[in-house]
Amino acid sequence: MSSEEKSAWVLLVVSIAGYATYAAIVAVQAASVPLLETAWVTTMLWTIGGGIVGGIVFTIIAGMFSPKDAGKKDQRDREITRFGDSVGQSFVVIGAVTALILAMVEAPYFWIANAVYLAFVLSAFLGSIARVIAYRRGLPTW
Amino acid sequence: MVRSKAATRVTNDIRRLRFDNGEMTQAELADHIGVTRQTIIAIEQGKYSPSLEMAFEIARVFGVPLDAVFQYQAPTITEE
Repeated sequence: MSSEEKSAWVLLVVSIAGYATYAAIVAVQAASVPLLETAWVTTMLWTIGGGIVGGIVFTIIAGMFSPKDAGKKDQRDREITRFGDSVGQSFVVIGAVTALILAMVEAPYFWIANAVYLAFVLSAFLGSIARVIAYRRGLPTW
Repeated sequence: MVRSKAATRVTNDIRRLRFDNGEMTQAELADHIGVTRQTIIAIEQGKYSPSLEMAFEIARVFGVPLDAVFQYQAPTITEE
């Protein structure tokens, strides 16, 4: 497995684990206080920060198992990364449009922030899945 | 000749050419053209079509023309 494929796996796991942690903490808090009054800002900041740090740490650890390939990136890796980015990007746009509509109808900040956060997570998660599939089965030839 | 399982119609003889050239390993070929071993594996299995430049580099390593390494299976068009 190339180092870039490992980093795709790391991003896939970290993105979903980070969001699952955030959703679980907010859900636990929502059991005792109204959803909009939970400490969602702090929780979101910690899980985003934790996801970034976790991604870096796990990528370094994965690189330690095959130091010869660590950081090595070739033409195929770049094409697959571009493919994954194009898949993920559509969810960023969907999230931005959703946030725009929510702002227009003066929805609470909670829903606007969560729409954007979910879009980022889906972008990273589905972009990573696209990359992993491309590594395993090949790039689509359209 | 390796027949592609992927959608690509490009097939190749890299595996045979490696063995004909002193049983060159995939890692050695990868080092020659500056890519990862996984990319050579993907090309051999027909999961990745290299760029024209990389294809020429592979052919140059083996000292053969491009069409001795890569072949294109044209789709057969049937008229009703």
